[in-house]
Amino acid sequence: MDLTVEDFAADIGSTEPVTVVGLGTRATPPDDVRVVRPPVGIDWIQPAEMTIQCGAGTPVAEVAEALAEHGQQIPFPSGGTIGGALAVGHSGIRRLAYGAMRDALLQTHYVGSTGNLVKAGGPTVKNVSGFDLCRLMVGSRGTLGFLGDVILRTRPIAAHEQWFTSDRDPWELLTGLFRPTSVLWDGSATWVLLEGHEGDVTEMAETFALSPVDHAPELPSGGRWSMAPSELESLRVAPPRSFVAEIGVGVVHHTRPRPPRQADPVRAQLHARIKGEFDPTGRLNPGVDVLTVN
Amino acid sequence: MSLDEIYAGHDVDLVRVAARLRAAIRSDQVRDGATETHLYRRDASTMANKAGIVCFAESTGDVQAIVKIAAEFGVPFLARGSGTGLAGGAVPPPGAIVISTTKMNKIISVDPVSRMAWVEPGVLNLDLSKQIAHLGVHFAPDPSSQQTCSIGGNVANNSGGPHCLADGVTNAHIHGLEVVLPDGSVTILGGEEPEPDGFDLRGVFVGSEGMFGVATKVCVRLMQNPPDVATMLMDFASVSDGADLVSDIIAAGIVPAAVEMMDQLCLIAVEAFIHAGLPVEQAAALLIEVVGPAGGVAADVARISELATARNVGGVRIAADDTERALLWKGRKSAFGAIANIKPDYYLHDTVVPRNKLSGVLDQIYAIVEEYDLQVLNVFHAGDGNLHPLLVFDGKEPGVYERVHAAGRAIVKASVDAGGVLSGEHGIGLEKRDLMPLMFSETDLAAQADLRRAFDPHMLSNPDKVLPSPATCGEIHRVPEGAWI
Repeated sequence: MDLTVEDFAADIGSTEPVTVVGLGTRATPPDDVRVVRPPVGIDWIQPAEMTIQCGAGTPVAEVAEALAEHGQQIPFPSGGTIGGALAVGHSGIRRLAYGAMRDALLQTHYVGSTGNLVKAGGPTVKNVSGFDLCRLMVGSRGTLGFLGDVILRTRPIAAHEQWFTSDRDPWELLTGLFRPTSVLWDGSATWVLLEGHEGDVTEMAETFALSPVDHAPELPSGGRWSMAPSELESLRVAPPRSFVAEIGVGVVHHTRPRPPRQADPVRAQLHARIKGEFDPTGRLNPGVDVLTVN
Repeated sequence: MSLDEIYAGHDVDLVRVAARLRAAIRSDQVRDGATETHLYRRDASTMANKAGIVCFAESTGDVQAIVKIAAEFGVPFLARGSGTGLAGGAVPPPGAIVISTTKMNKIISVDPVSRMAWVEPGVLNLDLSKQIAHLGVHFAPDPSSQQTCSIGGNVANNSGGPHCLADGVTNAHIHGLEVVLPDGSVTILGGEEPEPDGFDLRGVFVGSEGMFGVATKVCVRLMQNPPDVATMLMDFASVSDGADLVSDIIAAGIVPAAVEMMDQLCLIAVEAFIHAGLPVEQAAALLIEVVGPAGGVAADVARISELATARNVGGVRIAADDTERALLWKGRKSAFGAIANIKPDYYLHDTVVPRNKLSGVLDQIYAIVEEYDLQVLNVFHAGDGNLHPLLVFDGKEPGVYERVHAAGRAIVKASVDAGGVLSGEHGIGLEKRDLMPLMFSETDLAAQADLRRAFDPHMLSNPDKVLPSPATCGEIHRVPEGAWI
């Protein structure tokens, strides 16, 4: 890393509003707030442990390239930095098979509101030692602490992968195929990503009459909706090509912004108490409210 | 509030508390007689205490009523599932209200298309998978206690199991939770949708060992059953060859569904118990399972066999059918019962080390056990480096418990020193609470205490677990007197 986590903590300091910006691809920093840069660089890769340690400011692309040399990957959406992806917490379109972003973070040193450096989690894939502050950090948008370095769980790159398209009902494909990596649907066409042994992928594609295509469909970027997977059926009446839905997951990439939602008051109080414990003066990413931001 | 003040709570008139509880829920759901409070004094660990009142909740409303009364009187409370925990997580603080969830055992709904189900916390782990098997799905976490442990307990401990290597432990299989918070309010954490607004409170509740409230409904993720399975038993003349093969497999890009190891003493004990033809003359055996479509399974079996040959494998036995596969797994899962053939008592540990340190740490464990004049069986989740040294002993030997605990602490320290962690799936509970500083600084622990305080400002929900006293602002190290029974 180009900066130690201790130096990063010193840069954050203990007073005045502060924010951290990586490549600036996911959010605009609040106005009139001091900006700190996170550590950048890969510390190590341990292929036999399926883990990597890097600075939070390391570009996702750099990590992906380094891991590919070992036949491994991380399930992060492309673009921006590792820390930015974790802070926002949005998964990529392979979530159906790879799981949520929050499952990838094993350990982090983050900087809290008093400039204190805190270790959360542990370096091994399996760990139930204490409360899970890693999961608290993922998706918290830097309102509870700023990620300095991280240890991530990696996955092997499949021997073979292929995108397909089909006119079949997406739910028929979801239930019929064995663990597809992604099933996308725009209201008329369905796209499927299959991974694994080449013979298995070919056989499944033939069984379900899937047609190979070069890549996934373009995703509308007007809004990111989160729906129960069973509620996606309601999109059958949505205007054609106004969305691409992740079937079996519930993320909908929409042309329109997500409708506003009301937070449950009990949960809102719990959020306020957590923020109060972790950042009582509100200096970390001031103005960002995780309950209303989309 | 210090732990002393919390414990002072049991000076309150529990007879009055019981009367209030009987007025709030049915009278027969509230027990405070000597039999019940004695029965619920412990879990499956070697620790015990004394419950104040035992309540058998049947609904979210019951749990809410009980928690509100506990909060009103300032009495500690804790939820209890099947009581199979091994770290003392369900050992009640003195005089606490134990909320048993065993009667909350309904599968509420199952959606086989979206592959999720809502269940009550008292549903038993294996019962869930059995009752949904006809839909071609299962609940992936499979602790060795899966016949008796409950989903609520799995949530509290973020439980694992042999088949969590590829699919992850409980946290990766929980979509949402209905919880009663320690002030008696009810809310949903997470949910069926993939990206609920706000912090991942579902994620932090899972594994919080009952200290953030009581889960009353659980939305679980269901996994598709695989079309093909291959189960291999490989034996080795040296433990290190077997351990090193585990790293070779992962580095080759193969993540089997399960990779389990048994050492020789364990093989001997299990073979005497189940007569499965286990390789008792060898130093160690690996039980490896790969699942998926047939082509991928065959390719993985071939590659793993190649790698095993390079590590001097002795025999390779591939289960010919489901009966043989079940027999091999029975051997693995009945190891704890089989130890009675060696000694009458055992103490089961749970630590994790990096896979590439397995061999070295196992050597250290054998040396530690020799130093303390004990015997050890190793049977563990080798695929994720999750060690389970079983110290076997005769509790009637004078001074043996001191040696067992000293050896246990040395094993935990060796694991952490090797870059590992305190617990892979049993949790911290009371057992490892005071060992937390081996892994975390005071600052780290203070942050965990901050999170706990946000959920439970008055520290009434299972208050004496996980965090050692300095981080919780008290000064007592109160593992109950006479706890090691």
